[in-house]
Amino acid sequence: MRIKSAFAVTALLALAVTACGGGGAGDKGEAAKPGEPVKLNFLSLAWQKESLAANKELVEEWNKANPTIQVTYVQGSWDNVNDQLVTQFAGGTAPDVIHNDSPALSGFAADGYLLDLKDKIPAELKSDIPQAAWDTTTFDDGKGNQGVYGVPFLQESQVIIANKKLLDEAKVRIPTADSPWTWEEFSEAAKKMTKDGHFGVAWPMKSPVNKTLNLALNFGGKFFETAADGKTTVKVGPEEREVLQRIHDQLWKDKSADPAALGQGTADPLPAFYKGKFALLPVGVYLRQQVVEQAPEGFEWVTLPGPKGTTTEQGAVSQTLSVAQDSKNPDAALKFISFFLNGKNQAKLAKGDWLLPTSQAAAADPSMTTKENGWDVATASGKSLVVAPFLKVKGFDEWKSKVATPVLQQYFANKISLDEAANKLVTDGNSVLERYQK
Amino acid sequence: MKRLPSYAALLAYIVFLAFPLVWLLSTALKTPQEMAQLDPTWIPREPTLANFSDAFGEQDLTGAALRSLVVAIFSSFITVLISLPAAYAMARYRSLVNRVAIGWVLVSQVFPFILIIIPLFMVLRELELVNTLPGLVVVHVTFTLPFALWMLQGYVRAVPPELEEAASVDGAGRLRALVSVVAPLLAPGVVATLLFSFISSWNEFLFALVILQDPDVMTLPLTLVRFTGPEGVARLGPLAAASLMATIPSLIFFAIIQRRLRSGLMAGAVKG
Repeated sequence: MRIKSAFAVTALLALAVTACGGGGAGDKGEAAKPGEPVKLNFLSLAWQKESLAANKELVEEWNKANPTIQVTYVQGSWDNVNDQLVTQFAGGTAPDVIHNDSPALSGFAADGYLLDLKDKIPAELKSDIPQAAWDTTTFDDGKGNQGVYGVPFLQESQVIIANKKLLDEAKVRIPTADSPWTWEEFSEAAKKMTKDGHFGVAWPMKSPVNKTLNLALNFGGKFFETAADGKTTVKVGPEEREVLQRIHDQLWKDKSADPAALGQGTADPLPAFYKGKFALLPVGVYLRQQVVEQAPEGFEWVTLPGPKGTTTEQGAVSQTLSVAQDSKNPDAALKFISFFLNGKNQAKLAKGDWLLPTSQAAAADPSMTTKENGWDVATASGKSLVVAPFLKVKGFDEWKSKVATPVLQQYFANKISLDEAANKLVTDGNSVLERYQK
Repeated sequence: MKRLPSYAALLAYIVFLAFPLVWLLSTALKTPQEMAQLDPTWIPREPTLANFSDAFGEQDLTGAALRSLVVAIFSSFITVLISLPAAYAMARYRSLVNRVAIGWVLVSQVFPFILIIIPLFMVLRELELVNTLPGLVVVHVTFTLPFALWMLQGYVRAVPPELEEAASVDGAGRLRALVSVVAPLLAPGVVATLLFSFISSWNEFLFALVILQDPDVMTLPLTLVRFTGPEGVARLGPLAAASLMATIPSLIFFAIIQRRLRSGLMAGAVKG
C-alpha cells in the first residue's frame, strides 16, 4: 500500500514538474519560422511598484500593436544581473533586450557580448537623446573601435531634499534651478539650521565614492587623468579636494552635519529626517519616492537643486537598454527599444522610477516639469549631467571597493587627514589601475 | 530552582531563533510610514494587509512556491535515494576506491559555486535542460549529494556492525538485515538528510538564477529578490510579506518530519 502511495505521489510530482516546466532552451531566442511571430525576451530590472507597472503596461501595449514581434517580459534584479548575464552570454542564451546600467556595459562590450548600435539607432531616437547621455554608453569594443552598446534612458542627479519648516525658519535664500546655492551658501545655510540639538545637513556615506566623485565635477574634479600614451592614473589635485574638504568641514569644523548619519546607507537617515533631526539631505533624485511613500502626515518637504561650485556639473551614468550580440532578431529588438524609449514612454518610465529621462521630449512632458514632488527641480538638474569621468576607467570597480571606499570613509570619519587620503587614493589606486593597463 | 538557568538559557535561545520571524511578521503588517519611524515598534499600530496584496498582486508567488516545492521534494528524495546506498558502502567497505571517493567528496566541497557555474551551464544546455525544472533538480541533487553522503555515512558508521552480524546469526539474509535492522536505525539520519536537502534546494538562488530564464519557471527565491533594488534598497513591506509566506512550507515540512527525527533518535537498538 505504502509503495503504491509512493508511486502515486511520484507520478503526481512528475506531472507537476511537467506542468511547471516551461519550454526549455530550445524555444528561446530563435529566428522565427515563416508565419510565426518573432519572440523577444526582455530582461528588465524595474522593481519599484510604479516602475514595474509602467514597464509591463508598455510591453503589453507593444504586444497588442505588433502581433508579428512578441515580447516576453522577464524581471531580473539589480544585485545579481551581471552574474546572470555572464553565464547566459557565455552559454549563448542571453535575453534579446537587456536592461542594465552603463558601467556594466564596458566589460560586456569588450568581450563582444553586446551589439554595437552605432549605425542602427533610428535618427529620431538618436536626436532626442543628448550626446552627453550617448557618451555614457560609448565604449571600446576591445579591438580599439568605439561603439554604442546601449540606449541610455534614465539618469540620476544629486539634489537636496529639505524639511520645509526648518528651511523657512532659518530664513535663508531658497535656491532655485536657475539660481542654486553655491557651496558657501549651502554651508552657511546648514550652519544656520544647526541649533537645539538639530543639525543642518546629513551625509550618509556608507558608499561615499560615486556621490563624492559625481559632485566633485562642481569644481572640475575628475579624479582620473589619461596621459598621451593612454595610461590612466588617479589624480587628487586642488579641484578634486574641494568637495571632499567642504563635506568634511560640515562634519568636523562647522559641526553642521549629523555625525550619526555618516555610516548610513543612502535611505537610512530618512526616519531621522522625518523627525526633524536635520534639515537637509543631499541625495539622488530617486529618493523622493521614499519620502512621498513614507513621510508622516503633515510633513512638508521640498526638493532643492544640488549646490554649485565653479559650475553645476555633476557626473552621471545611465540605465540602458542593449541588444545581445547573439540575438537572432536584432532588428526587431531595436524596433522594440525605439518604441519603448520614445519621449512619451520615457516620461512614464522616469515617473515610475523617480529618475530623469534622457529624452528631451520626455523632459518637456508636463508630468516631468510639475512642481509636485519636486519634479521641476529634479528634471532641470538633468541639464547639469555629464558623463561620469570614472565610467571609462578600467579597474575603477576595484579601485572603488578596495581603495576609495575605505579611504573616503576614514577621511569623513576624521581618522585621516585630506593629505593622507589623497596620498592613499593616488598611490594605492595607481597600483590597482596599473594591473588593468598591461 | 536548579533548572532555572537552563530554562533561562533555553528561553533566550528560543527568542534568538524566533526574532527574525517575529520581526518579519511585524514588518509585513506595517504601513510604509510606520516602517520609517525612528523608534521602531514590535506591534504595528495600524496593521495592514496591503503588503500581502502588493506582493501577491505583483508577483506569481503561489506558482513560484509550487515550483520551488516540486524542485525541493524531488531534489531531496533523489539525493537520499542515491546517497543512502553509497553511504552504506563507504562506511562498511574499506578499500582504496572508498578512500579516494571520500577524499573527492571532501574536495568537491571546496570549489566555489561561481567557478563552475559556466561549465555547468554549458553541460545543461547540451542536455537541453536549461530553463527547465528537471535541470534545476539535477543541479540541486549534484550539489547536495556530497554533503548528504558525508552526513549519512556518519549515521551508518554509528550503527554497530555487530547488529548485522547478530541478525545474520539469527538467520536473516543481507537484505533482510539491512531492511529490518539497519534501516530503522538510520531513520533519523535519513530524515536529517531529507531536511538538509529540502532546505538547501528550497533556498537555492544562484543556480536557479542562471538556469531558469522563462517567467513561467521561476522559483521562489528568484521571485523574492524582485522586491529589492540596487545597493541593498528594498521594498521592505512586500518583501517581508512574501518572505513570511516563503517560510511556511519549510515549517510545515519540518513539522511533518520532525516526529520521525525524534522517534528515530530515541529508537535505541542496543540497551545496556
